[in-house]
Amino acid sequence: MAWQWFHRLGSPRWFYQKTSGWLPWLAAASVLLLLVGTVWGLGFAPQDAKQGNSYRIIYIHVPAAFLALAGYYIMAFSGAIGLIWKMKLSYAVMRAAAPIGAVLTFIALFTGSLWGKPTWGTYWVWDARITSMLILLFLYVGVIALSRAFAREQVADKACALLALVGTVNIPIIYKSVDWWFTLHQPATIKLTESSSIDPSMFYPLLVMIIGFYCFYAWTLLVHTRNLILQREWRTQWAQQVLRGEPLGDAG
Amino acid sequence: MPVNEGQVMQFQFASIADFLSMNGHGVYVWIAYGISFAALAALALQPALRRRSMQRELARQQRIQQRRRERTQARPEPLAVSE
Repeated sequence: MAWQWFHRLGSPRWFYQKTSGWLPWLAAASVLLLLVGTVWGLGFAPQDAKQGNSYRIIYIHVPAAFLALAGYYIMAFSGAIGLIWKMKLSYAVMRAAAPIGAVLTFIALFTGSLWGKPTWGTYWVWDARITSMLILLFLYVGVIALSRAFAREQVADKACALLALVGTVNIPIIYKSVDWWFTLHQPATIKLTESSSIDPSMFYPLLVMIIGFYCFYAWTLLVHTRNLILQREWRTQWAQQVLRGEPLGDAG
Repeated sequence: MPVNEGQVMQFQFASIADFLSMNGHGVYVWIAYGISFAALAALALQPALRRRSMQRELARQQRIQQRRRERTQARPEPLAVSE
């Protein structure tokens, strides 16, 4: 009995039907939060004493970097579940996480580069934090490329999961890079254990943006995963019903 | 100079032109926000486009099947005319 939910979770159809109701709420929450956070961060948060207005890029940069890293855990973790329990659904989650993570990593690097120009005087510098983020981007792109390199889905799934798992080595390096090496990148602004080095008037809009990015991430991950499920269950009756826009019966 | 220092929920710029230029940092800030939101929008829209192409492909395959079925029905089967 206790394991029933686990087996159900492995059923693509059950997952598809269960998550339908969550999508509009997640979409509405992410649009609202991102809108409020952007307006607040761009227009109402006070100017930074040292960096002036360029620091406003933080409201995109930090949430994107957070989710780029958290998304890698999600991708590697679902890859591991797929390898261990041969769960089709978790492979779909893993593959859906790759392009989303790649875009978020790109945003973190791109906004960081634009922030670097007025602050450090350069768009790019080969230091530990930035280089390890670039490796993260390559890992995401590598998983996307691998997922398309094999004719057989099962082989591609396993290859992607292995690459994702090997790549997790990079994650603690990214976190610690600002402490281990001398770097231009400023140390973490928000700390869980000590008090943060940011004023509340600047911190609240950042918090709104981070929660907004989390909602957006959850929403896009679900939408991409559901699409991949439909693609994989293409031959089944229920997937064709969904694509024709017919209502589905209870999955049981 | 920030307008109304100390007040949190106050618009920080004296004019729209000020808001756009952001003391010279506007270019960086606006490009960062613009490209980022464009990338997020692409991420959000891609599944909808993919879904539409799947729907078209399904409809196409079903039309082909339908035509094949009609063709076999039109042709009399050899056993049926033996009577």
